[in-house]
Amino acid sequence: MPARVITITSGKGGVGKTTATANLSVGLALRGKRVVAVDADIGLRNLDMVMGLENRIVYNLVDVVEGRCRLHQALIRDKRLEGLYLLPAAQTRDKSAVSPEDMIGICDQLRDDFDFVLIDSPAGIERGFHNALAPADEVLIITTPEVASVRDADRVIGLVEADGKGPTSLIINRLDPRMVKRGDMLSTDDVVEILAINLIGIVPEDEGVIVSINRGIPIALDDRHPSGQAFRNIARRLLGEDVPFMELEVPGFIQRFAKFLRR
Amino acid sequence: MGFLSRLLGRREPSSREIAKQRLRLTLTYDHIGISPQLLQILKDELITAISKHVPIDREGVKVTFAQGEGCNRLIADIPLLSASRER
Repeated sequence: MPARVITITSGKGGVGKTTATANLSVGLALRGKRVVAVDADIGLRNLDMVMGLENRIVYNLVDVVEGRCRLHQALIRDKRLEGLYLLPAAQTRDKSAVSPEDMIGICDQLRDDFDFVLIDSPAGIERGFHNALAPADEVLIITTPEVASVRDADRVIGLVEADGKGPTSLIINRLDPRMVKRGDMLSTDDVVEILAINLIGIVPEDEGVIVSINRGIPIALDDRHPSGQAFRNIARRLLGEDVPFMELEVPGFIQRFAKFLRR
Repeated sequence: MGFLSRLLGRREPSSREIAKQRLRLTLTYDHIGISPQLLQILKDELITAISKHVPIDREGVKVTFAQGEGCNRLIADIPLLSASRER
């Protein structure tokens, strides 16, 4: 079966596109799928570091486009997980080194050998974004519950629709249930109501994510963290499994007391 | 203070509510491509044009957007000055 090509994008920078790409790739590979994570952020490559594969890069996406190597030579196999690969971006070039047609061509070559191609889009809505969007069968929009991020997500949703791309689903990243509870953060319902698209996952705020990136070990590989669980759940939903959303509500005093009594 | 003001029934909108309201308004403008400034210009020119022919309550004029299914509307609410009935 040919691969599904899924682009992860956001408009705004720093909301978690790269982290999501790495962890969803891990989540899908954990379910036995053959996955390639593609870094489409030419000139600002980071997916390699988040995945902990930066020391193993020989060739990159631009080398493939310009014919210096074959596609399979540029793919880095993740030794921790069967079936997981990275196609790194070039660090010394810029977005103009790649065209939307190049991206479509590369993804078409990958389709036969993989179940999933996950593309990490650069921030912004310029050339790099259109490169990342061109080959997509599906689009995941990632946002944090903050006004700037939600506004940019809305803009990107409009551009994706204008391009005739989709289906489009939403990931809300870095939700802090305690802040929502005390009225200082947009809730999941608020964001979904404003953006009016299908919600596929909620990732809670988790210090462990920074630690995992420090180490180059995606948090989805770690069973102890709620954010890792959230990413694995999203991967399962991508596979069509019906996985309920995690309980992120902060228990109130009475619930905590009731739980205490039940012990 | 939060507790006291709640006790007294006074309640300021939370930052969550403020964020939601600001986003709603901003996205409406983003979608329609009309800025609040342009809206004011439209309002001023409507008042000028209509008051040439009909006496209107300039202070009561409201020009707003409404987002509908597949169609956005520009709504002008222009109260007429109640002229005494003439026979």
